[in-house]
Amino acid sequence: MLYNYLEFIVVGIGLILLMWEAFASPKNKATLGLVGAAGLAAVLVLLIIGSCGSHAQEAPAWMSRFYGHDHYSAFFKGFALISTILVLLMSIDFQSVLNKFTSPDGSDENVGEFYCLPLFACAGLMWMASAKDLVSIFVALELVTISFYVMVTYMRRNVGSLEAGAKYLILGALSTGFLVYGIAWVYGATQTTHLPSITLGLSITPDQAIEYAKLYSFAHANPSSELAEALATHNLHHVHSLQSISSSPALMFGLGLIIIALGFKVGAAPMQLWIPDVYQGAPTPITSFLSVASKAAGFGVAITILRPFLAAESTSSQVALILVVLAGLTLLYGNLAALAQTNFKRLLAYSSIAHAGFLLIGLATSQFAAVSFYLATYLIMTFAAFFVLAIVRTQDDSDEIDTFNGLGKRNPLLAVALTIIMAAMAGVPLTAGFIGKFLMFEAAFSHLQTVGWLVISLAFLGAISGFYYYFKIIKAIYWHDPKSETPIQVPLISKLAITILCLAIILFGIIPQPIYALIQ
Amino acid sequence: MLLLALILIPILAALAVFAKLPARTITLGAAGINLILGLYAALCPTCAGTMDVLVLENPAISFSLGLDGMSAVMLSLTVIVTLAAALSGSCPDGRERLWYASINLIAAGAIGAFVSTNLFFFYAFHELALIPTFLMIGILGRGGHERVNIAWKTTIYLAFGSIILLGGLILAGIQLEDLSFSSLQPVAEHQNAIALLLIIGFGTLVSLFPFHSWAAPAYASAPAPVAMLHAGVLKKFGLYGLLRIGLAVAPDGMKHWLNLLLVLLLFNILWMGLVTINQKRLDNMLGASSVMHMGYIFLAIGAAIAAGGNIVDPTTQSLTLAASAAVLLMFAHGISIALSFSLADRIEAKTGTLEMNKLGGLAKAAPKLAFLFGLVAMASIGLPGLANFAGEIMVFFSGFEGWSPEQALGPVQITTIIAIWGVVISAVYMLRAFRNTFHGPAADRCASASDLTFAEKAPAILLSLVLLAVGLCPNLLLNLLK
Repeated sequence: MLYNYLEFIVVGIGLILLMWEAFASPKNKATLGLVGAAGLAAVLVLLIIGSCGSHAQEAPAWMSRFYGHDHYSAFFKGFALISTILVLLMSIDFQSVLNKFTSPDGSDENVGEFYCLPLFACAGLMWMASAKDLVSIFVALELVTISFYVMVTYMRRNVGSLEAGAKYLILGALSTGFLVYGIAWVYGATQTTHLPSITLGLSITPDQAIEYAKLYSFAHANPSSELAEALATHNLHHVHSLQSISSSPALMFGLGLIIIALGFKVGAAPMQLWIPDVYQGAPTPITSFLSVASKAAGFGVAITILRPFLAAESTSSQVALILVVLAGLTLLYGNLAALAQTNFKRLLAYSSIAHAGFLLIGLATSQFAAVSFYLATYLIMTFAAFFVLAIVRTQDDSDEIDTFNGLGKRNPLLAVALTIIMAAMAGVPLTAGFIGKFLMFEAAFSHLQTVGWLVISLAFLGAISGFYYYFKIIKAIYWHDPKSETPIQVPLISKLAITILCLAIILFGIIPQPIYALIQ
Repeated sequence: MLLLALILIPILAALAVFAKLPARTITLGAAGINLILGLYAALCPTCAGTMDVLVLENPAISFSLGLDGMSAVMLSLTVIVTLAAALSGSCPDGRERLWYASINLIAAGAIGAFVSTNLFFFYAFHELALIPTFLMIGILGRGGHERVNIAWKTTIYLAFGSIILLGGLILAGIQLEDLSFSSLQPVAEHQNAIALLLIIGFGTLVSLFPFHSWAAPAYASAPAPVAMLHAGVLKKFGLYGLLRIGLAVAPDGMKHWLNLLLVLLLFNILWMGLVTINQKRLDNMLGASSVMHMGYIFLAIGAAIAAGGNIVDPTTQSLTLAASAAVLLMFAHGISIALSFSLADRIEAKTGTLEMNKLGGLAKAAPKLAFLFGLVAMASIGLPGLANFAGEIMVFFSGFEGWSPEQALGPVQITTIIAIWGVVISAVYMLRAFRNTFHGPAADRCASASDLTFAEKAPAILLSLVLLAVGLCPNLLLNLLK
């Protein structure tokens, strides 16, 4: 029952926290973060119970035009919830930096909202996962993006954060423009924004469309007939438009614009320009949120929107070609630019671009389960990396790679954890990161016709340069002498989070089936 | 279960070492138990059993372990060298955890790679062993700050090789029924591409010319146990893979590139042989010589390719001559190079240097060390009675297998004839190194050096006995291959 209203619960928790912060003003603002995380954990439990129960859970009639469930929506909702919980936990240990840049006296009076905003973004991400219509996708995406505008600029006494916010706002607005314009063209070409109708339209000929229209009008006139029941059991009674859709320049133009807009979200070249500056300037927990949840949302939406077009014969080759070209450019740009970075946060920004390149290969070859799997492993690795970065950032006040010099002497266990994380990012076997890359390479080789040797070579070159720039961190940790000898203290929450994430990296690297089972 | 235990024992030992339990005792205990279990499994592959656990449904990947003749030989090599490595070298004070945990992890990776019967885990375990190798060279390597550059170059080179290899394996894997060794068979498409990727990928890991330049400095810089384990055991992974997988999935592709391979291996033997002669330091010389000796094993692989790529003789169900030669020489070289690095490390510990013109007359002060080093020098030259001779002679025979005097010489035969000259080169550098170090006027640092203690002798004696046993009775190993 609650299963259809999880997003409302998340928004409710966010509003309650805001009110609490405004009127009761808790002594320690970190309490807000803990309560928020606990609330989201409860929602996660509801999600798990709901999705285990039965997949036939029907959305109530008033929202079923825009909202539906399948394996992917449950997966991406869980993804959004887990990311947000981790962001809230990371923010608690990161709070000293936030205090410094939000109030002149370094007190925590201005950080309360920081713990509320991620919940609204989370609700948007969850709605997006269930959205069935281009318009509802757009609305959900905007809820996410607008929350992010505020969160990125949150350290308002820090110039870097403000600069990041301004860049993100301008380029975000641009991408929104592309998305709306693209949706308008697709609507013009297909007469509908309803994705199930588009899916059906792409699979039938004009003659069949006329036949189907007759059947539908009969079913509507006789709601108790066998035909109406059959349509209902196959979840086809919500089809609102019966038009045969074929590839047309207008449709491809609209899709191209939508892909460009999503390219901004996932950081695909040449729409990746904002990523390094925004990632570097934003507060570290928000950088991780952007890097994981926002990217996953982009890919989730891309899967929802492009799936029918990639499946239909008339459009698949063109859409796949666009995606393959993007993948090639993204791999080339992300990996080459990452090679020269000396700042860890910027390195992670470029590496997130490089990961997007691998994911685009999976998208272009329609390996949606592999894409989801890659995203899950990416979540684990990226959050673990940002937890470590947040600790070092709060203690040494720097994101540069040479801050990590000699970490092996300053905190050996943290050094081992970071070694595992970087090895996973580079794709060393027996870590989760390798399985993700392995699946992408497998997808590419199995669809040689689509992907082509050039892009495959770029992917391999990317993997090799990945070894170079991720191992640069390992090199700094162990092979260089530390700049300061003070041991690094790890707060309890971070210690727990890093331990669990690192164990997950190894566990899913050896036995990946559990994550895979969630998707299929 | 026995095979799983072989992998888990060193991993658990590594964890115990991390948990600050007595590092040396635990490592020696684990290596000792593994030696007994490993040899038992090798002698009785059927008792070792098999294992098969599905870890991913689509694409199907399973964690499967099993043992046959070829992997039994490699497993024995691994457990023997691991025990010797754990006994060798001197760990700097305060770094016991890193030192012994690395030895355990490298051993676990190597054993895992050789007993895996699934492409995925075969590849994965090898990488597990590489990471501690890089770390050890970078952290505890010799050569001051230069060690960081050497370790970094090795990391990048081997990562390059691994990724290229991965490409070849996946391209072959998608055309196979599943990734297990039992379903390996010649694939329908892209054989040439697969063969080239595998030759470059495996070749980089084995230091095939021109992807060899990481090897000599890395071995010279690495702490003794790491050099022993990498040069002795881990490097054989590439040759084992080429024999086992390369020849099985892309026999025609391999044939397509055979001439290229033959030219490259001649560079390994002759070019690297000359480079070896020119070395001034003992550790650099041993490192370069190990690159050179890989050429002979590639020659055996070349002979196997020319013979059609079938490494198992269909009539007798035992390995063909070329494949047995390759396996035997891999084993012999693994033992002898491990012994060399173990002894070279002792020479440095006793005299403070490995520069050959600063050494001399060490035999007077340290006769046992001199005897053991002389033995291994003879072995690597290829003196009859020691394991390497058996391997090399079989390699040269395999080059002429199936050829009759009425025929014109083929590329493999010509290569074999040229390669035999490598033995002369080995004799030159090995004998010269032995003379410079142990004979002649005694340098001051050598005159005052002490001889090997019992603890220092132990690994050398273990390895020398194996060299002698296999040299005198190669059938000990060859019977395993039937």
